[in-house]
Amino acid sequence: MSEQVQRRLRVNPILCDGYGYCAEIVPERIGLDDWGFPIVSAELIGDDEVLGHARRAVGTCPRLALLVEDVPSRAIERA
Amino acid sequence: MAGPAFDTGCERLEDHEKRLKPRPAGGPWLIDVIARSGLRGRGGAWFPTARKWSAVAAASQGDAVVVINGSEGEPLSSKDRTLLSLRPHLVFDGAALAAESVGATEVVLYLSRESRSTDRAVDRALAERQRAGVHEPPINIVRTAHRYIAGESSAAINRASGGPSKPKFSLQRAAEKGVDDRPTLVQNAETLAHVATIARYGSDWFRKLGTQQSPGSTLLTLCGNVKRPGVYEVDLGARLGAVLDAVGGAVTPPAGALVGGYFGTWVAPSALAGLPLDAERLRAEHGGSLGCGVVAVLPQGACGIVESTRILTYLAAETSGQCGPCVNGLAALSEAMERIAYSAPQPGDLERVQRWIGMVRGRGACHHPDGAVGQLAGALSAFGEHLQVHMSGRRCRGLDVAGFPPPPPPGGRWR
Repeated sequence: MSEQVQRRLRVNPILCDGYGYCAEIVPERIGLDDWGFPIVSAELIGDDEVLGHARRAVGTCPRLALLVEDVPSRAIERA
Repeated sequence: MAGPAFDTGCERLEDHEKRLKPRPAGGPWLIDVIARSGLRGRGGAWFPTARKWSAVAAASQGDAVVVINGSEGEPLSSKDRTLLSLRPHLVFDGAALAAESVGATEVVLYLSRESRSTDRAVDRALAERQRAGVHEPPINIVRTAHRYIAGESSAAINRASGGPSKPKFSLQRAAEKGVDDRPTLVQNAETLAHVATIARYGSDWFRKLGTQQSPGSTLLTLCGNVKRPGVYEVDLGARLGAVLDAVGGAVTPPAGALVGGYFGTWVAPSALAGLPLDAERLRAEHGGSLGCGVVAVLPQGACGIVESTRILTYLAAETSGQCGPCVNGLAALSEAMERIAYSAPQPGDLERVQRWIGMVRGRGACHHPDGAVGQLAGALSAFGEHLQVHMSGRRCRGLDVAGFPPPPPPGGRWR
């Protein structure tokens, strides 16, 4: 069992005010609900280009509500 | 767990110790015994207690906090306040055992401001323990406004740290960073009462009741259409029909039931008698859980769709207002469901409801939206046939029948 770290996007729904920039920057992982709040995929990000988009979205969020979470592979198998 | 009948009043410390003999000291041994006993948390999630304790013990440098969750925000439930009013020393014994086992220096008793009889019993019990010189960490009372979501683990931690009783978002678990950023064990009051008996009598004793996966007994709040509503200790291996028979049965032929409280599972009338109570079979056969132990039986003529909508509307108003999907989603669902309940749906209402149920789920900082839409989805499925009446525009007669006690008015404060 390797300890390789993988990544995925997370949103802090308490901070999020639904600006929606993130859904335009990383449409591969984020859509918007009927009220303009992001629906963030829990899928791991394997692709470097997507990871780049994700990081840009994190930096763009006016509420600092978006983050890239490190997920140890051990935790993924457990979940 | 209960000992003498519950109607004999609040048990004094002296009688409690005579009846149960003194408790052993907690420690790592007890985590093993709890693990073997298979005890699961009775607050609603049925999470294995020993796993929670191990996580806190691993994170604690002897500075952890144990929170006794007695806030019981669920309007239909009264098992925790009943337990604290009648057997407070069981709960405090359990909390002290937990503190010694996970390495905690402080116990917080987290209570709603609503319950006066609990206050009296708890104050007297704590004074008794102090007078008797019971060796245990200090037990401090923290109170919250009576809100539905105030008992959620992160809300309890937030409140016990001096904040409002609103849930928080965190990437870290409470076991690592809870009250005042210290490792924290939040445990439902009833769970701790079970700990107090398991520590004395062992895991085999606990396993004499219940099933392999859900051993022991549990407290149920039986309400609604039952002859003798109240709090009962039942065998987790029992079927609901046998439990209802033992308390005199239903008053009128049941129109269904809500199992597990406002976040619970709706059960059609035909499935009631054979309903299993243990976590595995309930999940496998009905996709549900016993939750906080509420079984609310609907009277004849009442409508599950109408009752479910009333509950949804209450839960929408009880959002802590922090997360967009919960605030907007539950409000929109509640509006559409009100129209459906009154048999005046707009075109597309039911499709929107189904879509929003999926859209809202899992997107709050806590499980408030999940519980609310889970309850609704269960009603739409259990009463799917009757739903056609509401969609057809014919007025449902269930609107005129008193079903469950109406949800309380939403609270105003968060402290």
